[in-house]
This record gives sequence, structure tokens and C-alpha cells, in this order.
Amino acid sequence: MTTARDEILGRVRAALATGTAGPAAASSTGTPAGSTTTSTVPREYRESGEHGAGSAHVLDLLVDRLEDYKAQVHRVSAAEVSATLRRLAATLSDRDHVPERVESTGSGAVPRPDTAERASGAPGVVVVPAGLAAEWVTAMSDGGVDVVVDPPGAPLTPSDLDRAAGVVTAARVAVAETGTIVLDSGADQGRRAISLVPDVHICVVRADQVVQTVPEAVRRLAHHPDRPLTWISGPSATSDIELNRVEGVHGPRTLQVVLVG
Amino acid sequence: MTTGNNAGPPSNRTFLGMPQPADPLRWGPSFPDAARRELGNDQLRRNLGHATSTIRAKRAKVVGEVPDWEALRDAGSALKAQVMDRLPELLEELERNVTARGGVVHWARDAAEANRIVAGLVQEAGTDEVVKVKSMATQEIGLNEALEAEGIHATETDLAELIVQLADDMPSHILVPAIHRNRAEIREIFLDNMGDAPPDLTDVPRELAMAARAHLRRKFLSAKVAVSGANFAVAETGTLSVVESEGNGRMCLTLPETLITVMGIEKLIPRFTDLEVFLQLLPRSSTGERMNPYTSMWTGVTPGDGPSEFHLVLLDNGRTRVLADEVGRSALHCIRCSACLNVCPVYERVGGHAYGSVYPGPIGAILTPQLTGESSDLPYASTLCGACYEVCPVKIDIPSILVDLRAREVESGSAGRGWGAAMKTASTMMSDGGRFRRAARLGRAGRILGGRGGVISRLPGPGAAWTASRDLPLPPKRTFRDWWAAHEREKTGERAGDDRPRPGDGAEPR
Ligand code: SF4
Repeated sequence: MTTARDEILGRVRAALATGTAGPAAASSTGTPAGSTTTSTVPREYRESGEHGAGSAHVLDLLVDRLEDYKAQVHRVSAAEVSATLRRLAATLSDRDHVPERVESTGSGAVPRPDTAERASGAPGVVVVPAGLAAEWVTAMSDGGVDVVVDPPGAPLTPSDLDRAAGVVTAARVAVAETGTIVLDSGADQGRRAISLVPDVHICVVRADQVVQTVPEAVRRLAHHPDRPLTWISGPSATSDIELNRVEGVHGPRTLQVVLVG
Repeated sequence: MTTGNNAGPPSNRTFLGMPQPADPLRWGPSFPDAARRELGNDQLRRNLGHATSTIRAKRAKVVGEVPDWEALRDAGSALKAQVMDRLPELLEELERNVTARGGVVHWARDAAEANRIVAGLVQEAGTDEVVKVKSMATQEIGLNEALEAEGIHATETDLAELIVQLADDMPSHILVPAIHRNRAEIREIFLDNMGDAPPDLTDVPRELAMAARAHLRRKFLSAKVAVSGANFAVAETGTLSVVESEGNGRMCLTLPETLITVMGIEKLIPRFTDLEVFLQLLPRSSTGERMNPYTSMWTGVTPGDGPSEFHLVLLDNGRTRVLADEVGRSALHCIRCSACLNVCPVYERVGGHAYGSVYPGPIGAILTPQLTGESSDLPYASTLCGACYEVCPVKIDIPSILVDLRAREVESGSAGRGWGAAMKTASTMMSDGGRFRRAARLGRAGRILGGRGGVISRLPGPGAAWTASRDLPLPPKRTFRDWWAAHEREKTGERAGDDRPRPGDGAEPR
């Protein structure tokens, strides 16, 4: 009995054998695009940028690109991170940041449970991963923010996360040219769900994590390719209506980047 | 409320959708008949013209920012050729690595087998509802309909797919399936069919997006099973990747307990670091962004983070047939960016539905007939102007493949559903019209690629290639419009002197 696996692999091998052994039909195209004997890949593209990781040029470029895609950027020194997080997180806890109209008219017939709770004015908690720097967590708590650590053994449910006002994480690497931040689920970033469901994502990026080009970032990530990776470029967005970009769909509608250094 | 005008097809307040076909790769009338119908739809052409010109401008801007764009295209093209050469070993490597990381790999020879596998997995998970991330592979196999037949409801979560699903319509573009709908139509579809759309919903895009967010939120939070496609699969590590914008992909890939990914066997890339090429090529070519808002990558199952069960369904469904053709094989290099649709003068005028396949536009014209292995008139749905090749991020020489497929149709004596000898003549006219216009077209392609001092580094190869190798008659000065008129005359029994406006008037393909 032939399994689907064996049959498909057999078909693939047969197809390739026909192709290479047969007469050179490809000559009719006269271009290398259809060529099948390419075993070396030309890599003439830039494997790194002309500016080093964390250089002033790269940081400026990142800020420009982040803002172009509607992320909010706060440039601070290392000493200012705690105070900045306390201020940003406190703003979240203080008020219902969700645009009123959208949530309140979100359902005609079906009441949405999270709407009721938000409308009741209960201050949302701010979620953090277990490995976030203790001093940042302390600073936020001291500032009156209701900080909840996502417990590794007993993770918050999606509904818990949906009720949260926001999330604070660190990052793994950032790409200046594309305005991209990558999370690799390290202990200071947490599992993927916590930076997805809450509506505001506050992300701390260190200067030395910022590279100029995509290849530089991929090569850093290649040290742990098996970690779940999330590449984030601005708040969630859609281009599905007449191909115009609209920010804010299912992922966090607000992305705040605290750029350190 | 604007609907199609008096000259257009029937339209009323509830917009007519393209009904679900039995075969997503072969539906509707022949291309010329469908094209004639769509050319009468002014609203469609306005919607498409607006959307494609928007995306062309955005693409040109962000591609122009990249100094090494051509080098990236060369690398992408070579990588994909290498993948085809090494496909058996790379598939086995992928399977090994996904399995080693706790995933389960399934193989499906055709659509029916893939659908059976997915339905069985959903039933095993004990649910009758799944959330879906937009995926061409699952469109191609008609998964939603197959699941429905098993009592399983699939909810599309991509905004454009949701629009298409709510309107009981078919996709008309591989990236933006509802590109044929404008904001006013989308508002109507939501109000009529969403069930929980706010009654005072306006047609402001942001409000429409927010309505979709509210509608899908609870589904995401409670979903047990998600079904996705994949943009890339890394053989070396077993890493899968989905490139998206809205966060619906992240929701589906992260929150449910079970994830089922259906992927064509050609989606492989050899090494993890090869992502550095495709993650530059794809976003700029597709949505015209430097980077799409979200890209997810996962490798098997990660305890404590995301689904605890992961199934990967590797799909053949005609791909090995395409692979066996040395000329047509490079159609499998496609990364589904849709840039070739957005620049195609024929696509822009007739829309995606005319192609009668989930793969429309230039890529559809070469991929669909090869996947099905059947005689088709789709290879004629082109002016051979070469714009598709110019923008293709992996340099698929679509015009050459079209010419080859046409030659095969002619040689085999099959003329494609009822085109007949006159159509072959017409196709020649169309080719020559395209060839004749190539000089003008180049100016435009230069602008599309633009931003680098207006210098075109290389004249397009395909025209030269096929004109050199094909023994075609010298060009009469014919255009797509003339071709069209010839076809119409054949169709209507030659109404010479007919003064009704011809479809091409005033809208010459550029
Ligand atoms: S053929 Fe090329 S341009 Fe067209 S969708 Fe595929 S990759 Fe994009």
C-alpha cells in the first residue's frame, strides 16, 4: 500500500527526473528564471547596513519608521525607564483608553461581557511577563498601577488578558529600516498571547538591540530559531478596504515604544 | 448608495456575490465571456482602478527605498529554483524537524484528501467551529465548504475574507480578496449580514475595521481550533511563518489549543537565514509596506506558549504536475505577493472573477491551467506587456510561460473552451499589440520601480526572449482593444459598423 507521503515524494522525484533528463525545453524561454540547475544562490544584497547596531543614525531611523507607522516613541536614558513606564502605565490604568464609540456600539443584540466591565470603570490591570526587570515592575506598582505578572505555571486566560488595559514587555531585536520590533518569547517578553490580546503594548527596546537591516536581525534571531517569534511593525492595521492602511484591528491598537539609550 | 450604473450588470442593495463554485480552480464561464460581463460593470472597474493605482504607488515608493532590490530579487529567484531542485530532501527535512518539535505532519495528494484530514482533526478536537487565517491553499481546496458539509463552521478572520464570506462571494485578488468592493459596499454587507454590526455604522474605513474587531473578538478568545496557511516553511529548523497585518493571524496562531496549517509543498525555503531575503521582498511587493504589521514564526509546539497541538498538512493537488514542466515549473516560485495582479492592464479591467479561479491575474493565468492540467483559455488573458515580470519579487518570467502554454494549446489542437481558430488569431494580435506597446509600457514600469534616479537597470528580458525564440508574424498594429473587438465580432456575429461603445474605448491598457 502506498501512503500519500510516499506517493507525493515519488511524484516529486519523477517530476524532477523528467525535467532534468529531458530535452532542454527551457531553452525556449531564453531566461535564467526557469533554470533548474541553480545550486548556488547569489547573495549580492546587503547582509548588514553601513551603520552599526545602536548608532545614532540607526536609532533615528528606527524612530522615524516607527512613527511613520503610527507607533508612539519615547526616547529615554537608562535611568529614566522606570519613571517612564510608571507614567505610561498609570495613564492606562487611569482611564478607559478604548475608543468609546467602538466598544459601546460593538453589539446590537449580543451584550459583550468585556464592554460591561470596562464601562463600569474598573481600572484595567497592566500585565507583565515574569522576567520583566524587577525595578520596572516595582516602579509601576509604587506608582499605583495594578500590575499583574503572567504566572508561568498558571497563565492568565485569554479573557483575563482581554480585560487588561495593557501589557509591558521587553524585546529581542529591532530593525531600523523597516520600523520593526521582534519578540522571541524570552522571559522578559513572555508568551505570545500577553503582547497580543491587551489593547496597548508598551515595549522597551535597548539601543544595542537596534540593527539597521533585516538580515542583521534574522542572524541574531537564528541563535534560537525555534523560539516563537513575533515581528511587530506598528500597531495592527489593515489595507483591506480600498488598499488604504487603517491602523488598529485585532492586535493592540496602540504601540508605545520606549527606546533606551 | 452607489451601485453599478444602468449599463452595468444587475445590482441592487444587497450586492450580488459570486456564488461558491464546486471547484475553486475552475468555475464560471470562459475567460472571454466572463471578461465581457465584467467589462460592463463600471463600479467594479472604478473600485479596481482606485485600489490598484493606490497600491502601485505605495509599492513604487517603498521599493525605491531599497538600494539592493535587484540583488534581493536575484537571491529570491535562485533560492526558489534551488528549493524545486532539492524538493524531496527538503520536504523530508521539514517533516523531520516539525516532528522532532512535537508537530504532526500529514500529506495530501489532492484537495479531497486534505479536506478529509482537516475535518478529521477538527472532529478529534471535539469542536464544530474553527477560526481561519486567510490562506490561498485552503481557498484552492475549498476547505470551508468541505468542512461545512461535515457540520463544521469555519469563520474567516481576515477582514477582506470576512467581507467575501459575509457576502457569500468569491475572492477576486490573492492578497485583498474583496478588492472589488468599495467602502460603501462593505458597509452594506456588514449591515446586512454581520448580525452585530452597529446600526449607525458609517463607511469610514476605520469604523468598518472596528466593527470587524468587535464581531470577531469573542470568537478568537474562545476558539479551540484554528486553520492557517503558511507563507514560508524553513526546512532546516521546521519553522513555519505567517505574514499578516491585522493581528487575526496572531490570534489564530496563538490562542486556540489546536493549530492546523495547510501548505503547498512548494512553500519551503532551505535555511532559517533565507527568511532575510523573503521578508524584504514580500511586504514591499504585496501591501507596499516596508514591513507588514505582524509576522509570526513558530516551530512545532512550544510548551506554555500557544497551541499544544500542531498539525501540518502538506498539499500536492497538482503541484507535482507543474513541477514536471521545466518551463512552467517556476510558477511554483510564487510567494503570492499579488504585485503582478496590481500592474496587469487586463486584470485591472476585468477583475479577478473573470479568471474563474482562486488564482486570478497573471500568476493565475499560468498557475491555474498547470495545476488542473486542463486545456484553458487563461494563457490568452494577457497582453504580454511584461509588467508582471518587472514587478515579480522572485522574477517569474510570466510572459514566457504564457507564450509556452499558448503554443502548447495550439500544438495539442485544443483551443480552450470554444475559442476556435479565430481566437488563435486574436491571441496573436494581442501578443503583437503588447509587443508593439512595450516601449510605452517601459516608461511606466520605470516609474513603478522608480526612485533610483529613474534609471532602469535592465531592459525586460521576456519580450526579447520570446520574440527571439518564437516564430511570430511581424506585428500588425493591434492592441488589446482591437483583440477585444475581434472577439466581440466573432461572438455577436460580426456587427460591422456597430457604433456602440467598445469596452476598450477611453481606457487603453497602459
Ligand atoms: S507571480 Fe510574482 S508578482 Fe505575481 S503574485 Fe507571485 S510572486 Fe507576486
